[in-house]
Amino acid sequence: MYRSRLTAQRLAALFLLGCVLFNYPVLALFNRAASVLGVPVLYAWIFAAWLTLIVVMALVIEKRRD
Amino acid sequence: MLAGWVLVLASFAYLGILFAIAWVADRRADEGRSLIANPTVYALSLAVYCTTWTFYGSVGRAAATGIGFLPIYLGPTLMMALGWFVIHKIIRVVKANRITSIADFVASRYGKSQLLGGLVTVIAVVGVIPYIALQLKAVSNSFTILAAAPAIVMPARAAAVPLLQDSALYVAIIMAAFTILFGTRHLDATERHEGMVAAIAFESVVKLCAFLAVGLFVTYGLYDGVGDIFARARELPNLERLLTTADTAAGYGSWAALTFLSLLSVLLLPRQFQIAVVENVNEAHLRRAVWLFPLYLFLINLFVLPIALGGLLHFGVGGGVDADTFVLTLPMANQSEGLALLAYIGGLSAATGMVIVETIALSTMVCNDLVMPLLLRWGWLRLKARSDLSGLLLEIRRWAIVAILMLGYLYFRLAGEAYALVSIGLISFAAVAQFAPAVIGGLYWKGATRAGALAALLAGFTVWTYTLLLPSFAKSGWLPADFMKAGLFGIELLRPQQLFGLTGLDEISHCLLWSLLANIGAYIGFSLARAPDAREARQAGLFVDALRVEDAGSSWRGRIAAGGTAEQVMELLALAGRFLGPDKARAAFERHARTRGASLAELRADADLVHFAESQLAGAIGSASARVMVASVVEEEPLGLDEVMNILDEASQVRAYSVELEQKSQELTRATAELRAANEQLLELDRMKDDFISTVTHELRTPLTSIRAFSEMLHQDPDIGAEDRMRFLGIIVGETERLSRLINQILDLAKLESGRADWTSAEVDLGQVIHEACESLSQLYREKGVALTLEIAEPLPTVQVDRDRLMQVMINLLSNAVKFVPADSGRVKVGAGATAIDVRVSVADNGPGIRPGDREVIFEKFRQGGQDVLTDKPQGTGLGLPISRQIIEYFGGSLWLEEAEEGGANFVFTLPLPPGDN
Repeated sequence: MYRSRLTAQRLAALFLLGCVLFNYPVLALFNRAASVLGVPVLYAWIFAAWLTLIVVMALVIEKRRD
Repeated sequence: MLAGWVLVLASFAYLGILFAIAWVADRRADEGRSLIANPTVYALSLAVYCTTWTFYGSVGRAAATGIGFLPIYLGPTLMMALGWFVIHKIIRVVKANRITSIADFVASRYGKSQLLGGLVTVIAVVGVIPYIALQLKAVSNSFTILAAAPAIVMPARAAAVPLLQDSALYVAIIMAAFTILFGTRHLDATERHEGMVAAIAFESVVKLCAFLAVGLFVTYGLYDGVGDIFARARELPNLERLLTTADTAAGYGSWAALTFLSLLSVLLLPRQFQIAVVENVNEAHLRRAVWLFPLYLFLINLFVLPIALGGLLHFGVGGGVDADTFVLTLPMANQSEGLALLAYIGGLSAATGMVIVETIALSTMVCNDLVMPLLLRWGWLRLKARSDLSGLLLEIRRWAIVAILMLGYLYFRLAGEAYALVSIGLISFAAVAQFAPAVIGGLYWKGATRAGALAALLAGFTVWTYTLLLPSFAKSGWLPADFMKAGLFGIELLRPQQLFGLTGLDEISHCLLWSLLANIGAYIGFSLARAPDAREARQAGLFVDALRVEDAGSSWRGRIAAGGTAEQVMELLALAGRFLGPDKARAAFERHARTRGASLAELRADADLVHFAESQLAGAIGSASARVMVASVVEEEPLGLDEVMNILDEASQVRAYSVELEQKSQELTRATAELRAANEQLLELDRMKDDFISTVTHELRTPLTSIRAFSEMLHQDPDIGAEDRMRFLGIIVGETERLSRLINQILDLAKLESGRADWTSAEVDLGQVIHEACESLSQLYREKGVALTLEIAEPLPTVQVDRDRLMQVMINLLSNAVKFVPADSGRVKVGAGATAIDVRVSVADNGPGIRPGDREVIFEKFRQGGQDVLTDKPQGTGLGLPISRQIIEYFGGSLWLEEAEEGGANFVFTLPLPPGDN
């Protein structure tokens, strides 16, 4: 019970983190004409942050309950 | 080249495969080996979220706005992070109350209100119809384009095509037939469709593979990787702007609005509710869906921008090819018919998945929450008639499916051409967002009432219709265009897309802002206007506390009027039989009877049974209608508000008790631990007492034995010489002294330990005591040739102690020291000094010293330092140091042993000074 409450809190924190990462003003920081390895930074940022968020969500929720 | 008949054949073959999968899954479900009882299948079936909007429309959106297609997928990712709270709770509520749709959910939450269920259904149907039109448009366009290959021809305007030659009409008809076959073959009391879910999961795999295949083909086949596409796009001035987003407040505002909108839609769209909640087999499956579903969204979006840019580079900006069709036209333009066919099948699977689930969910709602209540009200269902109505229910649903698809087609003919795919879909998203306050508020706020929910839905829906739906008709020319420019009745403030003069927002953000404002305002305002009535309070308790209270709900039932008879059981059974089919109903009732350990004949219509019957019926006809039907058979005295409040109080009391109980048990555990520790200490003390007694008796026996031995010799042998006699008597006297000293010390120690010792207390000059003690032992020191030096920092303060006892300690320490130093070369040094708070006295010698491990042991009774090294003959009683320590501690000081500078023992004690007396 306690463990699952902790998981829920972690996921809620990730939700808030996602809200920050994918919105103004963080988004505006990457909104420029530069590119990383040929990919525009804005595009690269969103996909990188997105994938990271998914991986962390998976780690949080699939963590073995011990 | 792909002839039309090849496409038709391929389409039907694909639908056939779907049907086969569904059939197998249904068979397996009947055998109890469910195919879909698997977290991965659950996560994949959630991807029914990705429709042709995603498959074709995202590319079109990306070609117009760059990354503007992404918020629609970031929102659901965020929602899944919250899913562990929200979806989990909704699933729990839905399972406990046998809720079958989102309309049923809202109706049930606010007191099983038929009116509310009907309203939600109407909003859902009207709101989702544009979305269904979108699927029809996408499939018919893709078919038309592919059939015209190799030439790339954009489809003509639908309105320009005669009705019977419009492929979208046939698509709608085929989809209706297919959905009817899929979803309404039999009636299930829980509205679960295992076969459908299996087919949807399969479709999710197909559309993902198809889209990735096209993406890889465009990125690495037509161009030289992602970097190449972006590099080429950067050279064209028109494409440069797609690589960044509009850097304005409105740009970020609409980005945030779309994220929020999709966050709500992934839960509130009827098909998402159906798949995520109603079709959920096991709550634990949510665990994998939380990350796998966002991962799916991530993958299907990876190649959207490369395909969009590739298409724009290939066909040119405004080159006559609609960007919504790039997924199809890029492979066609590069002579890859196979890939084009795969893309077409992918689009078809995206569309069929959406249409099947959406229309099944909507038809359930239309049947349970719209048609049934109306039939009940009009008295069409004579309750005493015993006919089987389960066939009627299926019939209603089939017609609802046909009607919904035809409405979708109608919207496509009327308004579909004015918008890109994504814009059509967003209209639907904004409509279902109106459910958010009633659904999410209802889960967490007990004060929300039916009036609040009704007002909220009406207000939100009205604003949505006015600011989004009507303008979509106006743009297509079906409403006068000056309505848009001049506003309703020519009032400029009422212009639908600049309501009250608000400008600078895109139409979706504009609608979302005003509709949710009206919605939430009405929800809160009307809810607070009056307190919830009994039924509302009861349902609020069931929903809000769903995760805490394991209550099936039967404790909420009113008392059954007329006692609850066996005849009523039969009437309930007959009632359920009419909607579920007689055999199924009887089987369910028998199962229920078995769980209660009775036979069907022994059952009485008590609260449990009535609750069971109502929830069975709720699965088939919705909770609101089920309540009315059951009430017609069994008269329940309605619970008064007071009674509901009592039950709520009881529930919270039970929770309070259990918390209290937990605390008590923790206290008990603590107390037990303390008792155990105390017991161990007692046992230890007992053992020490035994040790003490045996040591004391042993110590007493040694001198006694020698006294007795010498006395007997003197007694039995009168001829002993005078010299020996004197020596023996000397030994006897010495041993007697030792014995009495021992006994005195034991008595002394016993007194000290029991606290019965007589203490005097006076101002004592410490220096004087030290000098006296040294004086009295000087003879002994001189005899052994031991040097005694004093280092006293005069003047020493006076201390408040018992003078004789302090003297006893000094003498004990000094005599100990002289015992252990070597004769003639021994040195003993007495030091004394004062600090601000205490005086410190030390007695150091240059003897063998005590090993660090034994430094505490020597303060135990009868333990003597270095006993193992020396001979058995004891040098003291072994009680001097324990007594000294007791005395010093009585005065508030402490006595311990350190290593002396010269390696010997250094006994130190401190005595506290009276406070303030520095």
